[in-house]
Amino acid sequence: MIGTEVDLQRVGDLTWVNGPVVRARGSSRIKMYEVVQVGPEHLVGEVIGLDHQMITIQVYEETSGLRPGTAVYGTGALLSVELGPGLMSSIFDGIQRPLPVMERRSGPWIGRGIQLTPLYRKREWHFKPSVRVGDAVVGGAVLGMVPETPLVAHKVMVPPALSGRLSQLAPEGNYTLEDEIAVITDDRGDHSITMLQRWPVRNPRPYRSRLRPTELLVTGQRVLDTFFPLAKGGTAAIPGGFGAGKTVLQHQVAKWSDADVIIYVGCGERGNEMSDVLRQFPELRDPASGRPLMERTILIANTSNMPVAAREASIYTGVTLAEYYRDMGYDVAMMADSTSRWAEALREISGRLEEMPAEEGFPAYLPARLAEFYERAGRVTTLGGDRGSVSLIGAVSPPGGDFSEPVTQHTRRFVRCFWALDKDLASERHFPAVNWLRSYSQYVDDLSPWWTDSNAPEWHELRERALEILQREDHLRQIVQLIGADALPDDQRLVLETARLLREGVLQQSALDDVDAYTTIDKQVGMLRLVLAFHDHGSRLISKGCPVTLVRDLPAVERIVRIKQMVPNEAVSQLAMIGQALTAQMTELERRYS
Amino acid sequence: MNTMRTTPVGTGAPVGTGSGQEVTGLARINGPLVVVEGVGGVGYDDVVDVEGPDGDIRRGRVLEAGENLAVIEVFSGTSGLSVGDTKVRFLGRPMQVPVAEEMLGRVFDGLGNPIDGQPDPLAEDWADINGQPVNPTARLYPQDTIRTGISAIDGMNTLVLGQKLPIFSGNGLPHDQIAAQIVRQSGLLTRGDSNIGAAQFAIVFAALGVKHDVADFFRDSFSSAGSLARVAMFLNLADDPAIERVVTPKVALTLAEFLAFGRGMHVLVVLTDMTNYCEALRQVSSARGEIPGRKGYPGYLYSELASMYERTGRLQGREGSITQLPILTMPNDDITHPVPDLTGYITEGQIVLSRELFQQGIYPPVSVLPSLSRLMKDSIGEGFTRRDHPHVASQLYAAYAAAQNARSLASVIGEEELGVVDQAYLKFGTTFERDFVGQGPRENRSVEETLDRAWQALSTLPRSELTRVRDDEIDAFLGHGFSRSEAGRSEAGRSEAGRSEAGVQKDAVSGRAW
Ligand SMILES: Nc1ncnc2c1ncn2[C@@H]1O[C@H](COP(=O)(O)OP(=O)(O)O)[C@@H](O)[C@H]1O
Ligand SMILES: [Mg+2]
Repeated sequence: MIGTEVDLQRVGDLTWVNGPVVRARGSSRIKMYEVVQVGPEHLVGEVIGLDHQMITIQVYEETSGLRPGTAVYGTGALLSVELGPGLMSSIFDGIQRPLPVMERRSGPWIGRGIQLTPLYRKREWHFKPSVRVGDAVVGGAVLGMVPETPLVAHKVMVPPALSGRLSQLAPEGNYTLEDEIAVITDDRGDHSITMLQRWPVRNPRPYRSRLRPTELLVTGQRVLDTFFPLAKGGTAAIPGGFGAGKTVLQHQVAKWSDADVIIYVGCGERGNEMSDVLRQFPELRDPASGRPLMERTILIANTSNMPVAAREASIYTGVTLAEYYRDMGYDVAMMADSTSRWAEALREISGRLEEMPAEEGFPAYLPARLAEFYERAGRVTTLGGDRGSVSLIGAVSPPGGDFSEPVTQHTRRFVRCFWALDKDLASERHFPAVNWLRSYSQYVDDLSPWWTDSNAPEWHELRERALEILQREDHLRQIVQLIGADALPDDQRLVLETARLLREGVLQQSALDDVDAYTTIDKQVGMLRLVLAFHDHGSRLISKGCPVTLVRDLPAVERIVRIKQMVPNEAVSQLAMIGQALTAQMTELERRYS
Repeated sequence: MNTMRTTPVGTGAPVGTGSGQEVTGLARINGPLVVVEGVGGVGYDDVVDVEGPDGDIRRGRVLEAGENLAVIEVFSGTSGLSVGDTKVRFLGRPMQVPVAEEMLGRVFDGLGNPIDGQPDPLAEDWADINGQPVNPTARLYPQDTIRTGISAIDGMNTLVLGQKLPIFSGNGLPHDQIAAQIVRQSGLLTRGDSNIGAAQFAIVFAALGVKHDVADFFRDSFSSAGSLARVAMFLNLADDPAIERVVTPKVALTLAEFLAFGRGMHVLVVLTDMTNYCEALRQVSSARGEIPGRKGYPGYLYSELASMYERTGRLQGREGSITQLPILTMPNDDITHPVPDLTGYITEGQIVLSRELFQQGIYPPVSVLPSLSRLMKDSIGEGFTRRDHPHVASQLYAAYAAAQNARSLASVIGEEELGVVDQAYLKFGTTFERDFVGQGPRENRSVEETLDRAWQALSTLPRSELTRVRDDEIDAFLGHGFSRSEAGRSEAGRSEAGRSEAGVQKDAVSGRAW
């Protein structure tokens, strides 16, 4: 995208500089959202407004020192990303400049006016065709495969808008991104195809049709999978004040979820969090394949100290890469931390343009932009006929932790999972601090068949019962605050006890504990079954007059809380043993009271 | 302090393009801003000299550059300027300051001019005060634990070399004492693979609109710790020009970056009070008529703060580091106010002080529940501090939250009516606040003592409540807490020798840091 290979034309002269927003007077042929280069250092920018001769530009680099009178160059291209083998395992900035290359070029600090191609041109990739000369091909059809990383086979596709007859095709062998690998002929003539393609980031990539999201995105996080599940192709928001656990939760999903490809966008957040990912992901292993997680991950880092306009672009860069891998038939999950910083970038640009603000200084088009972004999630039949999905998970950082602010409120309208983080839970270090009363998932019914197919037909019912117990606990706690727990009747105290087991044994999950960090579906359901079995049996005992304290103090009960750390995923059969011990101890008690 | 300046910084600085452009006469003066017309090709963010009618020269900066117009903020204010007789000279480059090792031991004003009566330091280099963003791939993830000797920090909110950890305080709370104690007592905990300790340490202190006695307090504190020669002080005090504060932290951080990444030093930066910085920024913003965000602060406050707080950390392949300890007072003790709120969203945690604990005479009055160290998770436990540390810290949080619940219940139904478990929590709460959080301003605890005190407080609870620590940790350390409590609480600063029987490793401090 960074116009190294395009013809530069002087299209105007700068007239005004105000931080990341500049204006120029010039050619009326320049296009909306065209990439331009500004000033003697050729800073990268994008046209965001056209009014007669006046061109308004947001600049993706620091504008300090830029002066009116200097030139603006047009590139003729819309803000686009490069697509092709070599994306995987990369780390880019918000406008897809490769950060490691940048570091080699300008050292530990990001310099200005550095023109770099996102994908390395010289490397050869092994292409193996999967079609034959003479075949009729349509946009999105797969021409061949390239092993991009051991985890991801890159499918080289016909660009979406093209279809015709394959008149030439390269034989299996090694090619660079710019080598011609096919020629497609249609009524307009011959079209040369390489492994390198471009796509404008603000335009969603096309697909054939939408599918209902019916598969669980397994994250290994109990409070998500069991209680507030996200479907592949679904949308989720994680609102929470600072320190509530948004970033750790997104990291957990990026590490452990069963998506094929992860796009992680650090948008206006901390530099050290990106270096944390860079430190961990090459070491951590994908639970399914045992390969380093980095082999299925692309990172986009536009940290809080990097230019604000590129923060705005980073979200689109990320989602376009996500759609590209979706089109290959993969399940892609993209995390954006934090969408609030993106919204604030919009606000800052809008403010400098002196646009009329709507709520809290945000521009009136904020909800429309949010809707467009989340609309790019989905499970689809691709143009090539495969099935793929993009799941979008956005962190939201409400000022003062107050969810009534515009970004949280509007996001809520466009997502179907709401994982509300709770400051009080975080301050007592109950993590993930997902509040079970305020959070919801609208995928529960769509996903029931999935659980049935996964050997847990009773999931729906277990989940409902557990949530109901937690709701009753909440209600009882309000009473307890006035009279103390000891004053409650025993059946209600049992509810408190079961709820404690749910909170400490199931909902709480440490990201830092080797065993606890990831829980298989089998183990999740097993744990829930145990806690509810305890509750059922306990209720029976209490109705027969057994004091709740005796039930609570059974040795097997404490073991339930420790299952998460003590029973590895592979040893899930131990749950049956713990269950038997529990039943035996409770039956023994029951005998005394019947 | 001297509001009239005749020798602005940067007289020896390299000149940029467009320098020398000079205009006489202003179009407008509006609060701290002046608007100049009839200039062309002025660089955005360029530095200017504004010469008033009486010949004094003030530093300023271009906030908006048009074809024919420039909006300029004047750091020392516009009082005494006239529309007719004021000259504006555009220097044609962004603001730069001289940096040099010999700036350690010196005192400067908020723009970097020496005010200690000694000659200008010899510049080793000139650096743009805005710095440049660190490439995230060039960062080294900070993992070297610093021992501050303060239990509430070392035990539950560990400070790490290269971290930005602010103190959220309120007016009249002892944040200065705590910051001084951290500076005085900090030492690096050695790690097997770490060769830190040989490098030099330095302190960069920036006062932003605080009173003279605050600056004096810090100077005395550095001096009594014998580190004055290692400190550079940048002072913009309460009676100094308010707008100047918008550049003081940047000037200070520019020197810190030079010392850390140019000279391999471990630099601690203390900035106080960031709330005053934000107010100065708000003043400029409102003079510009910008659309305000929350409470009148500009929408770009987050980015502005981030551009300073992120100038912290460590770099791959370089020796030095920058650790930031910003101090801010929360207006009305309100943690949701934009200044602490945006800060908390950027920094790697926060140490929150509590007025309630302070009123109860507990020092340091650290409110542990809203406090956080985000870098703690990778810098404690086996191989770093002690193996039980992560779980004990988590258990303390859970128990203290439960103690708070028990307290509010007790206030409703009376203490006698509480069940045994809640009674135990009440006891825990008191012990924890008094013996763990509470300590002397000169008391320097080892990590081992801190963790033992944690177990001692936890020993007031029934064992079944200790669900966050592991059984083997309970077996190894809980009794230990008991035996110590029976033996009486240790005296402040008492020798730690001979108490490592249950400890996994004695904490060895590789020499004092700052
Ligand atoms: N699942 C978790 N397990 C353990 N600790 C957690 C978990 N989630 C959050 N934390 C703790 O909370 C701190 C803040 O979490 P973080 O995700 O950075 O918050 P946010 O992004 O909302 O500001 C982390 O540094 C970590 O100590
Ligand atoms: Mg975060």
